[in-house]
Amino acid sequence: MAHFIDRRLNGKNKSTPNRQRFIRRYKKQIKEAVSDAINKRSVTDISSGESISIPQRDISEPVFHQGKGGNREHIHPGNDQFSTGDKIQRPPSGQGGGAGEGNASDQGEGQDDFVFSISKDEYLDLLFEDLELPNLQKSQLDKLVQMKTHRAGFCNDGMPSNLDIVRSLKGSIARRIAMTASKRSRLKELEAELEQLLAEPVPPQHQIETIEAEIESLRRRIAAVPFIDNYDLRFRNYEKRPHPTSKAVMFCLMDVSGSMDQATKDMAKRFYILLYQFLTRTYKDIEVVYIRHHTQAKEVDEQEFFYSQETGGTIVSSALKLMDEIVAERYSQGDWNIYAAQASDGDNWADDSPHCTDILANKLLKVVRYYAYIEITTRAHQSLWREYQGLSAAYNNFAMQHIRSVEDIYPIFRELFKKNRQKQQGAA
Amino acid sequence: MTYNPLNDGPDWTFERLELYQAEIARVAEHYRLDTYPNQIEVITAEQMMDAYSSVGMPIGYAHWSYGKKFIQTEQNYKRGQMGLAYEIVINSDPCIAYLMEENTLPMQALVMAHACYGHNSFFKGNYLFKTWTDASSIIDYLVFAKNYVAECEQKYGIEEVENLLDSCHALMNYGVDRYKRPQQISLFEEQKRQKEREDYLQSQVNELWKTIPKSKQEDTEDLPHFPSEPQENILYFIEKNAPLLESWQREIIRIVRKISQYFYPQRQTQVMNEGWATFWHYTILNHLYDEGKLSDAFMLEFLQSHTNVVYQPPYNSKFYSGINPYALGFNMMVDIRRICENPTEEDRQWFPEFAGKNWLDTLHFAMENFKDESFVSQFLSPKIIRDFKLFTILDKESSPHLEVKAIHDEAGYQKVRSSLSAHYNLSNNEPNIQVYKVDVRGDRSLTLRYVPQDKIPLADSKIEVLKHLYRLWGFEVRLEQAEEDGSVTTLGQCPLENPESD
Repeated sequence: MAHFIDRRLNGKNKSTPNRQRFIRRYKKQIKEAVSDAINKRSVTDISSGESISIPQRDISEPVFHQGKGGNREHIHPGNDQFSTGDKIQRPPSGQGGGAGEGNASDQGEGQDDFVFSISKDEYLDLLFEDLELPNLQKSQLDKLVQMKTHRAGFCNDGMPSNLDIVRSLKGSIARRIAMTASKRSRLKELEAELEQLLAEPVPPQHQIETIEAEIESLRRRIAAVPFIDNYDLRFRNYEKRPHPTSKAVMFCLMDVSGSMDQATKDMAKRFYILLYQFLTRTYKDIEVVYIRHHTQAKEVDEQEFFYSQETGGTIVSSALKLMDEIVAERYSQGDWNIYAAQASDGDNWADDSPHCTDILANKLLKVVRYYAYIEITTRAHQSLWREYQGLSAAYNNFAMQHIRSVEDIYPIFRELFKKNRQKQQGAA
Repeated sequence: MTYNPLNDGPDWTFERLELYQAEIARVAEHYRLDTYPNQIEVITAEQMMDAYSSVGMPIGYAHWSYGKKFIQTEQNYKRGQMGLAYEIVINSDPCIAYLMEENTLPMQALVMAHACYGHNSFFKGNYLFKTWTDASSIIDYLVFAKNYVAECEQKYGIEEVENLLDSCHALMNYGVDRYKRPQQISLFEEQKRQKEREDYLQSQVNELWKTIPKSKQEDTEDLPHFPSEPQENILYFIEKNAPLLESWQREIIRIVRKISQYFYPQRQTQVMNEGWATFWHYTILNHLYDEGKLSDAFMLEFLQSHTNVVYQPPYNSKFYSGINPYALGFNMMVDIRRICENPTEEDRQWFPEFAGKNWLDTLHFAMENFKDESFVSQFLSPKIIRDFKLFTILDKESSPHLEVKAIHDEAGYQKVRSSLSAHYNLSNNEPNIQVYKVDVRGDRSLTLRYVPQDKIPLADSKIEVLKHLYRLWGFEVRLEQAEEDGSVTTLGQCPLENPESD
């Protein structure tokens, strides 16, 4: 007696809840591993998962078991050289054989870490947890945005696919009851009367016939009421409502001049890739504008921004000017949440720095929600940093951070986009 | 005999599986294998990993440790460090067996013979399974457990339930009745009883902890010892007697305990169970081959898998990891048949009671009435000891070297046999820890006593386990060790003795 069941189409993720439990429980350790990992990755590799390792002792499940020592007797197969009474030198490191369970979890240090992979999504979730774009306002209704379809009650006509069967049949029952009620009560009366007449010793044939005829006609009329009528049909109604969304644009400004060596560029790229992942992951409708500059600024696409090489002198204001032009042209301020992040090694043509401050203070900072400047250098700060320090003090929506090495990138990134940043600043 | 083989694949279809299943069932009946009805489920490799990580339970409550197990399994599988088991079979009625989609037709046939007729008949026939498990209600019980735990999580929070389960899992091996026979009840009764228990239990517990003094002559000295006898089932003791637990917590302890109990026979019959199943897949498929139902190609593939399964690497091989229960069990079963059919002088001397008797009767008798420990001590023949070249090593703490105590020779057979039998005695491998004393009138502390066997100490994890025990008991927990000279030393306690705190 047997029967076969094909379960292959059943969900394969029966263990997912348990896996999530595990991740939830060890979130702290996993997060640490994630932020460590971000610095070790190659510049371009950010969209794969990550392998996480947790010290074994943190996740052990202790049970009572026998420790080392005592007198034990082991039994093994494959004797090829021993006779009874042979003495064997103890293997140097502990007991080779053991009962197999002697040293399961008693010494945490000696053991390998528990290593496993998390998926890209889980990785990014952890990476960008508790981060958000500051000052984002959802007030703008986008003209282009799709309408969302909502249920909106029922109506009397519509497409057959929207037919609501239960309601339609309810209508049908109600109508049939209403339309036949008087006839059925009359029918009942007649039937009772007929029965009475039939019960009489001498049934009055004529009377019976009239009653029977009337019953017959009533029955016909009741049956003639249609089971379902156009009048009963109810259709589910949908209506479209505009869906409020916020429009946001992020400007990424990067210095690609000769003074930026490869390592610095890599760090800047890391920062931007992180930023890019954060934006595309968290915000569906966000535009990104890439501007790279040396003495001249140029709007480029993502590929060129991250991967192509260039050298030359540095005039930061050229990028700011270009950004201003683009804002004026494409992102008229009322409709857009504008963000900008600028990365540089701090090198600038000395005369240009005041110019930058000027553009920022008078134009850009008035329209952007948030402007972040990161300086990637191990040398002393130069004119640009000092100029910007003034801005930072004067404007709430201007933030600057200093990155010295790869390890700083992720913490500083978190610093810049931490949730409740506003509140903390307000309190400070 | 006609050579008219069934289609040998390699790809399987449901029609072909049915055909093979019917043939196997016919032969199994010929050999008097009595089974529960089979429910054979075809699953994918991913689903197999799911089944793996829930320790073979088809339905289980949610817990992070299963997630950990799953991640480990997935990881090892992906790296190619391990293959998946060909089959998982669940001791239930109907008996659920999983076939993996990737297997070829001969593999599926092997698995069906192995799991659906081998293991299945073992579950139905062996005395331990008959006594300790109720195949017809286990699935219902697991469903009940899963829902109950989920319900508790909603009511009391995931964290709370998780902590409780952690603590229960730490003591899971001590949630087993080794001697008392459990009652079997259906799901409906279980639910009804659960409600009743909930109300009743609390009042019971309170009885024990009544603080009103009973009578004046009760001095600390002549207070009755509680518990009156040491209790081996620690979880049961806690479920019934822990003073501070709420009724839902007691119910969860009970669930863990019940599941532990359900798996207890499996831990005691590994060699027999696998040996029996392996013997029958081998015997059934060979029987079919002799009838001309199986092609040579089928047999070659089958034999290749079979040989891998019953390979026993010697002690100095890099693949050696203890005695392979499949190899030992299978060879012992084959050997019993040989002793019955072609006994030698030696066999007649060692096994006078069944040498030369009907082999099928003897095998069924062995399957039904033994567990690994007793099976080895009754049926391990000198021939097997010679074939496996078994030898025993004495590892004495006080001695600087190891000593070979017995090898596969005339003088050593008895010794090797009793040593191997002891190796499968669970009570030798699990520390003997029992609830010894509760200070009912004093600080309500709970004392456990460890009685070492062969001077083997308790591993360091004991301190961690005590913390879990403390969480369940709610008052101080002590662990002491009974020494050989009758004295008692304290191994640990929780919370740690610290007069400053609290």
